[in-house]
Order: sequence, then C-alpha cells, then structure tokens
Amino acid sequence: MSIEINVKLDCKGLSCPLPVLKTKKAIDGMKIGQILEMTATDPGSQNDMVAWSHRTGQEILSQQQAGGAFIFYIKKVK
Amino acid sequence: MEGERKMSLDNKAIQQLVEEKIKESMDVRLKELLDKKIGEVEGRISVLEEKTRKGENRKKRCAIVASKGSMDMAYPPLILASTAAALDMEAAIFFTFYGLDIINKNKYKNLKVPSLANPAMPIPVPNILGALPGMTAMATMMMKSWMKAAHVASIPDLIDACRESGVRLIGCQMTMDVMGVKNSDLIEGVEIGGAATFLDYAADADIPLFV
Repeated sequence: MSIEINVKLDCKGLSCPLPVLKTKKAIDGMKIGQILEMTATDPGSQNDMVAWSHRTGQEILSQQQAGGAFIFYIKKVK
Repeated sequence: MEGERKMSLDNKAIQQLVEEKIKESMDVRLKELLDKKIGEVEGRISVLEEKTRKGENRKKRCAIVASKGSMDMAYPPLILASTAAALDMEAAIFFTFYGLDIINKNKYKNLKVPSLANPAMPIPVPNILGALPGMTAMATMMMKSWMKAAHVASIPDLIDACRESGVRLIGCQMTMDVMGVKNSDLIEGVEIGGAATFLDYAADADIPLFV
C-alpha cells in the first residue's frame, strides 16, 4: 500500500498521554486531506489512537507494527 | 293520502338536509381543531429537534476536581484534562484545598510523593520508616527518576499542554483565602472561582471526576 505522507511525527519512547497530545497538535497544524505518519512505541497507543480517532472523527487509514514500533497513518478529514 | 305521503317525503328530505348541514359544519370545526392541534404538535417537535441538534453538536465536557497536592495525585487530573482536550472535548480542572499547589508557581515544580501512610510508595521498606526525615524526598526522587525513564511528561509540561489546548484551570477562591494563597502566587492563565463556578460548568459535564 502506498500512502503519500505530508507530515511525520516521531513519538517513540514517549508515554501516555504524549503521543495523543502531539498527534492532536500535529493534526491541528495540517490541512484537510493531508496525511500524518505517527510512530510510537507506547503499546497503549494502539488503543488510545483508535479512541482518539473515534472521538475526533479523524481517520486512521492504516495501523502497522514494525520492530517494536507502532505506525499510524492518519488522514485529517475535518 | 297523497298529501300525507308528500309531507313525509318533505320531512325526510329536510331531515336529510339538516343532517348533512350538521355533518358539514362538524367536519369544518373538526378540521379547524385538528389543524390547530397539529400546528401545536409540529411546533413542539421542531423545538425538540432544535434542542437535540444542539445537544448532538455540543462538545463532550469533562469537569475535574483536583483536591490533592502530592505529585502522584497531580498527574491524573492534568493527564485526563489535556487528553480530553486532544479528544475534542471541553475540559476544566477546579483546584481546591491541597490541589491548589498544582497551580502554585512556588510549588508546582516540586510536588512530593508521600512516603508515610502510602503503602504503595516506591521505596520497598516498612511503611513506618516513611516517617524518617528525608524519606519523602527520597520517594519523590525515585518516582521522578522512574517517570523520566519512562518518558512521562513532567507536571509543568502537562500544565503547559492544558493551557495550550484551552483547558480551563480554576483556582478555588475559598481555599486560597484559607491557605493565604494570593492571585500572584498562581501560575499564568489560571482563573479564580468558587463552588458555584465549578458546578455551573459541571452541570453540563458528560464526565465529572473528583481526584
């Protein structure tokens, strides 16, 4: 799957709630339709990002796991 | 005979006519009443629809009371409020009693972890030893080093995150008076209010929490 990424955010090593807070901040600074790639190592971020997406309505296009990191591709839809 | 029959026919025709007239006017009256009633019901439905629409569009709201001033008790309200804001919710924290220390600029950077009467304290020694001088500082130091190792945000960082994301930070006026805390002792961006201020906000909260 190829996704065109507009913004990258590294949250590796950060604990709850920082990945969520930083993702929100990054998304706020983006244009609608743009895509954010967020990488985290906090295992809680898997559920937290889904919850965040559920509440904010921003779309998680895909969620991957690579070498102990969790990578989220998030599209700003509003 | 002829005349009688004619008469009774006339009577019948008249009766029929009268009945028709009565029915007609009843229909008209009924229609008027129905239209009026339908109009009323429609009006009430549209008011309810408007209210529902407003309710659905309204942001979720999280109202938190922070009543403790130790480091471990300062984290939950700040984490939850900043995360609520990140989840597109409104959030406010009402700092009361020792919770005021969390927004006291002379104290918020040095909140302590209690070593006494805290069976979960980070130092694995009998709890009574927590009473010894220096144990609070040690418990605090250990907790801080663990927090740092786990890359947990510091209290000042979380306060910044709250302020940046529009979380309302409300200092309790009454507690300030009791504890001799002045407005100038509080960090920037804090408002002052009382129980009514908090309750007014919390009355419309979807998530009210007491910490």
